Amino acid sequence: MSLVVDSERVLARDPASVARAISLVEDRRPEAEAAAIELLRALSRSGRGAACHRVGVTGPPGVGKSTLVSALIRGWRARGRSVGVLAVDPSSPRSGGALLGDRARIELDPDDREVFVRSMASGGQLGGLARAAGAAVEVLSAVFDVVLIETVGVGQSETDIEHVADTVLFVVQPASGDVLQFIKAGIVEIPDVVAVNKADLGAVAVRAVAELESALRLGAEASGRAEPRVLATSASTGVGIGEVLAALEAHFAAVVAGGQLPAVRRAKNAAWATRLFALRYGERGVDQRGGSRAVRAALERELAGGATLFEALASVAPEP
Amino acid sequence: MAVKDPPWIMRTYSGHSTPQASNALYRENLARGQTGLSVAFDLPTQTGYDADHPLARGEVGRTGVPVGHIADLSALFDGIDLGRMNTSMTINATAAWLLALYVAVAEAQGVPSRALRGTTQNDIVKEYLSRGTYVFPPAPSLRLTVDTILFTVEHVPDWNPINISSYHLQEAGATPAQEVAYSLATAITVLDEVRARGVEGAAFAKVFGRLSFFVNAGMRFVEEACKLRAFGELWERLGKERYGVADEKLRRFRYGVQVNSLGLTEAQPENNLVRIALEMLGVTLSKNARARAVQLPAWNEALGLPRPWDQQLSLRTQQLLAYETDLLEYGDLFDGSPVIAAKTREIAEAAWAEVEDVIERGGAVGAVESGYVKERLVASNARRIAAIESGEQVVVGVNRFTETAESPLTAGGAADAILRLDPAAEREQVEALARFRRARDADSVARALDALRAAARGRDNLVPVSIAAARVRVTTGEWASALREVFGEYRAPTGVAGARAPELGSGYEPLRERVAELEKRIGRRPKILVGKPGLDGHSNGAEQIALRARDAGFEVVYEGIRVTPRELARAAADEGVHVLGLSILSGAHVELTRDVLAELRARGVTIPVVVGGIIPEADRVLLCAEGVAAVYTPKDFQIAKILAELCEIVERSAT
Ligand code: B12
Ligand SMILES: Nc1nc2c(ncn2[C@@H]2O[C@H](COP(=O)(O)OP(=O)(O)O)[C@@H](O)[C@H]2O)c(=O)[nH]1
Ligand SMILES: [Mg+2]
Repeated sequence: MSLVVDSERVLARDPASVARAISLVEDRRPEAEAAAIELLRALSRSGRGAACHRVGVTGPPGVGKSTLVSALIRGWRARGRSVGVLAVDPSSPRSGGALLGDRARIELDPDDREVFVRSMASGGQLGGLARAAGAAVEVLSAVFDVVLIETVGVGQSETDIEHVADTVLFVVQPASGDVLQFIKAGIVEIPDVVAVNKADLGAVAVRAVAELESALRLGAEASGRAEPRVLATSASTGVGIGEVLAALEAHFAAVVAGGQLPAVRRAKNAAWATRLFALRYGERGVDQRGGSRAVRAALERELAGGATLFEALASVAPEP
Repeated sequence: MAVKDPPWIMRTYSGHSTPQASNALYRENLARGQTGLSVAFDLPTQTGYDADHPLARGEVGRTGVPVGHIADLSALFDGIDLGRMNTSMTINATAAWLLALYVAVAEAQGVPSRALRGTTQNDIVKEYLSRGTYVFPPAPSLRLTVDTILFTVEHVPDWNPINISSYHLQEAGATPAQEVAYSLATAITVLDEVRARGVEGAAFAKVFGRLSFFVNAGMRFVEEACKLRAFGELWERLGKERYGVADEKLRRFRYGVQVNSLGLTEAQPENNLVRIALEMLGVTLSKNARARAVQLPAWNEALGLPRPWDQQLSLRTQQLLAYETDLLEYGDLFDGSPVIAAKTREIAEAAWAEVEDVIERGGAVGAVESGYVKERLVASNARRIAAIESGEQVVVGVNRFTETAESPLTAGGAADAILRLDPAAEREQVEALARFRRARDADSVARALDALRAAARGRDNLVPVSIAAARVRVTTGEWASALREVFGEYRAPTGVAGARAPELGSGYEPLRERVAELEKRIGRRPKILVGKPGLDGHSNGAEQIALRARDAGFEVVYEGIRVTPRELARAAADEGVHVLGLSILSGAHVELTRDVLAELRARGVTIPVVVGGIIPEADRVLLCAEGVAAVYTPKDFQIAKILAELCEIVERSAT
């Protein structure tokens, strides 16, 4: 099979080509990496990703992230927007294999070419995003109006999502200890919007909303960030979905209106690139390049010069 | 001559093609000494679709009888006096509707509802967990169940409105304790709901007394006998302690049984006849825990649908035990045995611990919604299959004593040893439905459906409006569609991602190495989409392949049952999988595979497709000729071997 993917067809939203583009960025063979860099450069040159709203959906397993993604897709499709989804599930530490089950909760019309759902295995990175997730998001951003990234939802490395998304939606469910977990884990600083899902379960949801609001207020005061909206939703009945959608859009609109989007994205990209660098080349690689600060600075320079993430990584790579 | 106990009710689970053909079959079966009827419905009827619905294509009359309306049910029981018959109907999501049709047909025969005897299975929880013919979400489903119970207790007093089924749990891999526990948890959920509706005192006790069970019995028949004793003890205690039912008679554990079919093999299929006979011992030997009704599968269970002669052989097996042996002449053979008492206690304790666990997790419904119980079942099944694969659990003719002389029973090929369906039956049924629709009053139909929707939105019991709808010739699909509008639909958790699979033996090391090597060659981990197209709910095979593939190192996409060919093709394309594996056991594999292949072609997806399930040899040849890369059936019990082949198939196509 040829490794070359026609970027024009990807940009034309041809589903098979979009799928092949993602398979290409997942491909670990050296010859594939070259083709991937080429493709990402072409997509980046199109400038189409600039307007895309990238939404990260995170939170503990079972709270209803996928069901919520499904409801959000419906909402955005009803507003005429195209949606690409990347759903990341954990890889088994035993075998390296993975069961990708999010798709089962995401309802879609198989004839609708304006939606695209792809599952990806985290590839053993503890709870974090898949190695190829950033690149896959780049592909999807060039193609769709909105890109949703659902993460594995465990552990501290949840913070990864911040690097690849413009807006982070954190999902919890009432009365599960999630709220406490959430405060303890220090994730309080990441979300821009919080959904307390399964509100159909009743009074516990109301209480959870109040608890979260006060925790987040404290967090926001401490960090100086804007206080996230907390909304009750029921992904199964549709209650609150419109509000979440509006809150996500409002967050993005504020960043765009402030003119900060390009700078914010550059900074996120650099942080993500630094993380990938460390994963790929290990501590030794980082040391060889003069430590993590220096690596980040070098990557930032590359990115500012118009390099794509893969290119930046390749040019900053340590000597073999 | 000693005084004998009366034998249990003898039934055979049957029905196929059309109501007329099934009626003929029932009359034959009764003439051969069967003492009750057990109706198998086709999948469209069970999932609330009319014969002309696109999702019904290829499934009409295939694994059971289609009943689309009052005329169908009337034809099914033509010449059978419903006032004297004891009819068991395996119907769940649409149970209230089939009961309504039954009452309406009896009425037309001049039989009052009070005289009816029989059973609606009506246990939705195990549909989510194993059987797969659910339609609505848990809450409205439970309401329908309770509506049916409350209606029959008042108007059809000898009816068994719900047959809480542990049978299907064992068929999905449950251990004896799990089987007991999860069905008791279901009973508790149902009874609590009845109580929440304000039913109390004597009325509640009457409800308790009408609940019956449908259990399984496998080859370990001593343990199975103890399981049933434990079941009875726990039920009795539950009635007394949790629900305060004073009347001892109302606390009696009543159950029917179908013996285990999961263990019936494709290899040396004649051995199954002996298995069935031994399995029957577990539910008949102990008088104090004896089944009220027994139905046996047939020796050719794993090959396909049984013919009348195959079913007769199973009926004769029951008759031999009941009429030729001296079993029914004695009191309980096990009372006083310390061995039996200890085993019974062990099962009861383990089961009760698990019941409490489930209650803590939100009862049967909560533990279904969270996927917890399903995960436990998938894990148990994985352990069972791993034990067979390793030879630790002996299956004669499969992993031991596999040498065999040629069997005259399958000399003409296994395909000749099963029932062949008339391919014209579906068309006939669709045409009859069209005629039926033309000959009815559209206004009364519309009014009846409005009344049904209104009742569904409110709190009225849904059975009376359903009976009224049956009388004015509403169809099964219309009834279900009206309720789908109000209640919505549901997809149950697959239990696969969360299942704690057993540690795999060293046999898996070479396979994992093979997968790693393949990854190097193709650049990614091999990725498979496991798909279940059509209405087929048999998920065991798909689940176990998915689980095992993951543990061998594959990336696996699995979306559960009832995914359309178009959705599967779309998923295969988007997901960039290297291979699509279909699992089809309902018999509709030729039509469904063709549909999937066409959908893939239409999207320009050129990945290999493999198919697993109950697939006769002739169909295997046909499917391979049409482009399928490989076909697997139950005799391919070594999943490691299947996965190694998949590696070859992926490598061939991806490089
Ligand atoms: C267990 C069982 C059930 C369970 C299913 C539980 C569950 N969640 O799966 C229960 C009790 C619920 C059930 C119900 C019914 N059943 Co049933 N059932 C069986 C039984 C006994 C075993 C099937 C099984 O699970 N085997 C174990 C698994 C692991 O094996 P397997 O699926 O064959 O998979 C192996 C291979 O085939 C292959 N494979 C399978 N899929 C895939 C996929 C891939 C990708 C690959 C690579 C390989 C592969 O690899 C596996 C490993 O060895 C068979 C008869 C038999 N002994 O085979 C009847 C059988 C399949 N059932 C049958 C019927 C008719 C029904 C009903 C429709 C009856 C009715 N009218 O209501 C219902 C309704 C179910 C529904 N919703 O569709 C018929 C089908 C007739 C036909 N094809 O012509 C059978 C053949 C029995 C019979 N002879 O009548 N059933
Ligand atoms: N009651 C209720 N259940 C929900 C809701 N959203 C999701 N669920 C259920 O929660 C379970 C987990 O949902 P899923 O979307 O897979 O969660 P994820 O693991 O966070 O992606 C499923 O059984 C859903 O049906 C909701 O709003 N209310
Ligand atoms: Mg999910």
